[in-house]
Amino acid sequence: MSVLLDHLPELWQGLLVTFQLTAASFLGAAVLGVLVTALRVSPVRVLRALGTAYVETFQNLPLLVLLVLAFFGLPEIGIKADLRVTAIAVIAVYEAAYIGEALRSGVNSVAKGQGEAARAIGLTFGQSLRHVILPQALRTVVQPIGNIFIALTMNTALAAAVGVVDLTAAANRVNLLEAQPIPIFVGAGAAYALIAACAGFVTGRLERRLAILR
Amino acid sequence: MSTALFDEPGPRARRRIRIATVAGTLAALALLALAVRQFAANGQLDAARWQPYATWPMWRYLLTGLWSTALAAVVSAALAMALGLVLALGRLSRHRLLRVPAAAYVEVVRTIPALLLVYVVLFALPKYGLDLPLFWKLVVPLSVSNAAAFAEIFRAGIRSIERGQGEAGLAVGLTHGQTMRLIVLPQAARRVLPSIVSQSVGLLKDTALGFVVSYAELLYSGKVLAAYNGYLIQTYLVVALVYLVVNASLSKLARTLEARRRAAPAIPRTRRRFARA
Repeated sequence: MSVLLDHLPELWQGLLVTFQLTAASFLGAAVLGVLVTALRVSPVRVLRALGTAYVETFQNLPLLVLLVLAFFGLPEIGIKADLRVTAIAVIAVYEAAYIGEALRSGVNSVAKGQGEAARAIGLTFGQSLRHVILPQALRTVVQPIGNIFIALTMNTALAAAVGVVDLTAAANRVNLLEAQPIPIFVGAGAAYALIAACAGFVTGRLERRLAILR
Repeated sequence: MSTALFDEPGPRARRRIRIATVAGTLAALALLALAVRQFAANGQLDAARWQPYATWPMWRYLLTGLWSTALAAVVSAALAMALGLVLALGRLSRHRLLRVPAAAYVEVVRTIPALLLVYVVLFALPKYGLDLPLFWKLVVPLSVSNAAAFAEIFRAGIRSIERGQGEAGLAVGLTHGQTMRLIVLPQAARRVLPSIVSQSVGLLKDTALGFVVSYAELLYSGKVLAAYNGYLIQTYLVVALVYLVVNASLSKLARTLEARRRAAPAIPRTRRRFARA
């Protein structure tokens, strides 16, 4: 146990980096995911095809392959960025495919009649989206998005494999130094489990608050 | 086509769709042109840098890597499914002593990154005298982490079977074990098949962790190759393409199975708790 306390600064720094990666890439993934959803539900065939291609590509590539490609490939074509920024961008791009799918299934879960009724009473596209479609769509996606958030948190650990010193990498380093794997890895695992538990708690609360009984 | 968002387009909407089509195509082409320019400006489009990837020895090497990927994926999937089934049955058991540990395993493991488990196998177990061969250093952590996902899929499948099925089994005098084995599981297995296939795609993606373990699967083979010939971006792009083709085919299979399942008599949908992301 004392080994955790001795190396608290490094582990804490690693945890902060994990937080940073998680928060920033989730934000990026949310923005990109909304864009992808917009493409996929649009009435324009070319845009739909682009959205589908995006989702198909990024759901079927391992994140680690994308990270490796970005870390070693991008500098080769003259794009150099900070390690952490690259990791955030790659994770955001990857997870956006999943968020896009979740949002799309939310939008698709809204009955067609809802939109028709909204237009029939004269709401504009923006109004029917804001007052009719989205409130119903977002309710159904709270749980899936929460699951994606947990998966994203776990996926940020992959950044450790390409050299970002997050919680996983910090734990590994401390272990190489101290050779006391049990407390160190259990501690790191507990930290991840705690983040996931918080996310699960928040989505549970949100879902209960938003739920409507029909 | 009318959806919740849009009506059948009228003349004005059709004109807008045409404009958006042109704009969208142009934007996509511009992005593509930008990428090509960036490649060309850095000399990455030289024929000499791509030519090796058109030769058979290169593909034999990469396909050997793909074979190792497939082997690791199949063995981990088999182990993870076996463990997952045991966990699912444990979680649905009438005995607390089985229910609680199974639930704890699933809830804890599903929140721990696979890479952390890989590090445990790589750096912690040898200290306790358990130094596995390379192959198992990849397969064991993947099986451990995917077992939780499979357990949840099986559990959802078993619970989706109408109660009457199990009750009928008990009524004709089968034991609980027999009812599960002869009546509930065969039906549940058929229902969860699409989820199993898509979870297996996720598992196949996880085998890329061989990169960390130095097990010569596809991505690690790419790493070795790139270190040897120095064509980083080309190698990793080709590797990515192979992953894409294999996984997209498997995902397509999952969708076909799902469509076929839906075409079959109406069956209540089960909610999936695992987002593969």
